[in-house]
Amino acid sequence: MNEGKAPALRLAGITKRFGDLVANDSISLTLRSGEVLALLGENGAGKSTLVSILFGHYVADAGTIDVFGKLLPPGDPAAALAAGIGMVHQQFTLADNLSVQDNIVLGTQPLWSPAADRAGPRARLLATAEKFGLRVDPSARVASLSVGERQRVEILKALYRDARILILDEPTSVLTPQEAAALFATLARLVAGGLSIVFISHKLTEVLRVSDRIAVLRAGKLVATVDSARADASALAELMVGRTVRKPVARDHRRGERVCALTHVSVEDAEGARELDDVSLGIRAGEIVGIAGVSGNGQEALAELLSGLRSARAGTVTVAGNAMPADPRAWIAAGVARIPADRHSVGIVGDFSVWENAIAERYRTPFASAGLLRRSAARRYARALTDRFDVRGAGIDAPARALSGGNAQKLILGRALTGGFAHGDDFAPVLIVASQPTWGLDVGAVAYVQQRLLDASARGAAIVLISDDLDEILAIADRVAVIHAGRLTDARPTGAWTRAQIGLAMVGATQTDVVTA
Amino acid sequence: MRLEARAQYSRTALVVAPFAAIAFTLVVAMLLVAWAGAPIDETYALMFDGAFGSRFAWSETLTRATPLMLTGLSAAVAFRARLWNIGAEGQLYAGALAAVAVGGLHGGTGFDVPTYVLFPAMLAAAALAGALLLAIPTLLRTRMGVDEVVTTLLLNFIVLLFVSLMLDGPMKDPTALGWPQSVALRDELMLDKLIPRTRIHTGIVYAIGLAIALAFVLRATTFGFEARAVGASARAARFVGVPVTRTMMIVAMISGGLAGFAGAIEVAGRTGYVTLDMSPGYGYSGIVIAMLAGLSPIGVLVAAIFIAGVLVGADSMSRGVAVPTYIADVIVAVSLLSMLVAALFVRYRIRRA
Amino acid sequence: MSGTDIATLFANADFWAAVLRIATPLIFGTLGALLCERAGVLNLGIEGIMVAGAFAGWLAVYQGASLWTGVAVAALVGAACGALHAFLTVPLALSQHVAGLGITLFATSASYYAYRVLFPNVSTPPTIEPFAELSSVPVPVLASQTALTWLALFAVPMIGWVLYRTPLGLALRMVGENPAAVEGQGIDVVRLRTGAVIAGSALMGVAGSFLTLSAFNAFYFNMVNGRGWICIALVVFAGWRPGKALAGAMLFAFFDALQLRLQQQAGGIPYQLYLMAPYVLSIVALVLVARRAAAPQALMRPWRKGER
Repeated sequence: MNEGKAPALRLAGITKRFGDLVANDSISLTLRSGEVLALLGENGAGKSTLVSILFGHYVADAGTIDVFGKLLPPGDPAAALAAGIGMVHQQFTLADNLSVQDNIVLGTQPLWSPAADRAGPRARLLATAEKFGLRVDPSARVASLSVGERQRVEILKALYRDARILILDEPTSVLTPQEAAALFATLARLVAGGLSIVFISHKLTEVLRVSDRIAVLRAGKLVATVDSARADASALAELMVGRTVRKPVARDHRRGERVCALTHVSVEDAEGARELDDVSLGIRAGEIVGIAGVSGNGQEALAELLSGLRSARAGTVTVAGNAMPADPRAWIAAGVARIPADRHSVGIVGDFSVWENAIAERYRTPFASAGLLRRSAARRYARALTDRFDVRGAGIDAPARALSGGNAQKLILGRALTGGFAHGDDFAPVLIVASQPTWGLDVGAVAYVQQRLLDASARGAAIVLISDDLDEILAIADRVAVIHAGRLTDARPTGAWTRAQIGLAMVGATQTDVVTA
Repeated sequence: MRLEARAQYSRTALVVAPFAAIAFTLVVAMLLVAWAGAPIDETYALMFDGAFGSRFAWSETLTRATPLMLTGLSAAVAFRARLWNIGAEGQLYAGALAAVAVGGLHGGTGFDVPTYVLFPAMLAAAALAGALLLAIPTLLRTRMGVDEVVTTLLLNFIVLLFVSLMLDGPMKDPTALGWPQSVALRDELMLDKLIPRTRIHTGIVYAIGLAIALAFVLRATTFGFEARAVGASARAARFVGVPVTRTMMIVAMISGGLAGFAGAIEVAGRTGYVTLDMSPGYGYSGIVIAMLAGLSPIGVLVAAIFIAGVLVGADSMSRGVAVPTYIADVIVAVSLLSMLVAALFVRYRIRRA
Repeated sequence: MSGTDIATLFANADFWAAVLRIATPLIFGTLGALLCERAGVLNLGIEGIMVAGAFAGWLAVYQGASLWTGVAVAALVGAACGALHAFLTVPLALSQHVAGLGITLFATSASYYAYRVLFPNVSTPPTIEPFAELSSVPVPVLASQTALTWLALFAVPMIGWVLYRTPLGLALRMVGENPAAVEGQGIDVVRLRTGAVIAGSALMGVAGSFLTLSAFNAFYFNMVNGRGWICIALVVFAGWRPGKALAGAMLFAFFDALQLRLQQQAGGIPYQLYLMAPYVLSIVALVLVARRAAAPQALMRPWRKGER
């Protein structure tokens, strides 16, 4: 390997606290020159915090960072950039209304110079892109680019600034399997070009494939550093989680009547562009239909349609045989349980207390009479709900914004699945619309949510599971449909799909379109 | 240094904030008084006496507080729903004009109906005028995405010009010499005095009643739930089935109605006629009052009395020392800014970066 | 008014000179508001800053300073108000609406207070000698303009150059679209936004000084009379672009000058209706562009470092 060369990065004793939460607990690790180091850990383990400290977004409470032997001044992204660190954030830091070149070049010319050079940077940009095999159009407006293309711009931003260390934060979460493969090829080229890479992920298979060494983080601590060649997937999984987590138990279920049907449905946005294009889908009681796809291909429109937030420009949407209007109340009354993708801005009202959120879908019936809220009934229900669904926080009067992601999701799940009834199984949802239900949750919460969905389906609920996480869909769905550019494939049984086929469907290609390279 | 979000809102900060803001404001005002060359202690003593030093002073302060309570409630209910109603000034004048139009025409006899019908009709007309005036910018916002801050502000100027137009022409009182004013309401339509030989009138009872009603509605009714939800998170409100646009429109009608009602109360409680200078910025002060009160209806009552005390006290003080009455406006403005900063500490604490 | 009357009006150089005069404070004010909003901060303090600029500039000249020093003082006072607004809205991330309104109330009342303290018993406002017309210029309409109007006209392409052709301008535009992108490139978001707000507010102060040092020669109460709010509407109308800001200001000034001329003709229309026209026009302008308005994406969204 690269013995004798100074390590690219040396972190020593990095500690970071947010209030009572210790996000990073005395972490020390090394990135060797020319290697790909993976940071593996579940959501909330502290990976993003660590690299944010590295890049200067946060200042560590304790510890030092050396880059190629030199101490890195903390809390200063400009210093990190100057030291050769580049970062591809999980949520892209690009300005949509500006061009690719503008986004890349920002900050590279002295702020006080009277005129910006355009030709020189453009040439240099194209040369850098060429060198690493990343195709871009410098004049294109970022808003017009696909997700994969935007990621390429993010990477080029770092390369343009002569990064020698590149950090990628969950880069494949927004890519199709094929795009992910292309990314891995790019990474190989980058390493050949002299870069050292830190690759953050919670996906075991990926990490084993692409990295030289793996550093496992759990609850803020570094628990192990192993060579990938000698690593064992299940041992790593246990290190990540710290205990064996029961995988969700699938059960035998009979498929029942058709509960929800979309027939030739089209949904348009404000400018008339088609977000859903001639979509037809049928879901039966007791089955889970997974909608796979790269984010931004119409999932949001589909989820909103099935939550009563959008109307269809064409086609019909029925639940239990009845045509459904674009009115959330009608959907709630029809027994549809909805779990929105955006937990914090849509699922809960942050300023409201936990009990007010618990009754939010049913604040008219049954938790009000003659226009007045029935406070004691509401509070009783909220208490029962938080008990039953293990919602932990500061009590039913605390503001909901104080709940952690997992607890907020359990609250949302609980209110959707219990339908306002505090006890027993007085209510069973007819249809569950779950949109990115486990995004950003730790493994325990993920297992909890998935188990509840499986239990509900065993009791006869029909479930639509919209998720960017292909592994999740393949694990629990009975049938899978793939969405691309607003069009939906047929929903075939899970076993009938191969990963390659799904990947192709995600980009709109079919088997016959593939040209062997 | 950075701001770190607290896990729980700090209750102590919630209570202390207004007082900290006021304390800071008084210090700033002290500097301005010193600059004017006036003795600070005498100035403050005169202000306090003028506002709270005698039964008469209290009656003046409470009289001045009455329209402020109403415009404060107007701002509070709107801001709770994130409807930025900066047009209370115009809505107040529109309400005053409507009240006089219904109750004051025909030589002061108004329409030829008995008083017990005309009086409530007059008040209702005022509220309606204010409500409609805010409904327009709100519609523009919900239908067309036009920011209501600028439109409500611009409408203030338009309304005032319209009032001037009316006072010069159709609603002019021909018997009044000097500045234009409207025909006066007849005595039967005026509000009763609460205490003889003072200016305090039953309008304050209406204001307090409305504050209690508003507090109840916000806390205990489904509509209050909807209005608060829309202000806290419009997307989440829509998700659970709150009719966002309709709720916003009702909030607008209530907010505008309260400001219009303030205009009617001012007319019926004090002079009986409309003039161009009957409101020294009550609409804008209402915003400051609402912020000081943390948008709470009962808090508005207290904050209104404070601001009224500042205004009345400043008037009284300026007769004794050479400090311009504008000190009151400065105090109001600085209260707003310092309350804004003080309220930050409810949600955040300061931490080393 | 007959067709020939209107034609003679348009051919009249005095009319167009008036249009330019009315447009000048609007140009400065709109450019100032544009700078703030492009960086992501709505500055509703503009009305008060214009009052403070008018007062401070006039006061400096009254105390014996040169006219240009007066303008500089106005700019400085504007910048100071801008610094306060920036402090409240950028690092503290308080409500931009309320902070701006507070600044307007404060700057206005403080100016009136100071005026009354310094001039307690005046019945007619004391006057100064304003900017002279640049009559040496041979072009008819431009000859009756003062140096400040020339400055305004020059400011438009200059601001355009800075915004679109310098690295600083790129950073400024970027911080109004995605502050995270700016931080990720090693530029301090707080400093950039604060700088933009201060610069924009300085321009607003200059706008105010035009009223007391050029258009009129004394400081009156209610002098600004809503011009600040009209500038805020004009920024939206201009699509946040300096060139269109100039066009918008000129268009608005055209109708305002027209309304003034029409008032002077005989006719039964009450003068208040003419005075209403500018405000009504502003609302109409806002409604017309509402659908297409492409505001900077991060406008009015507070930035908290590290909060993603």
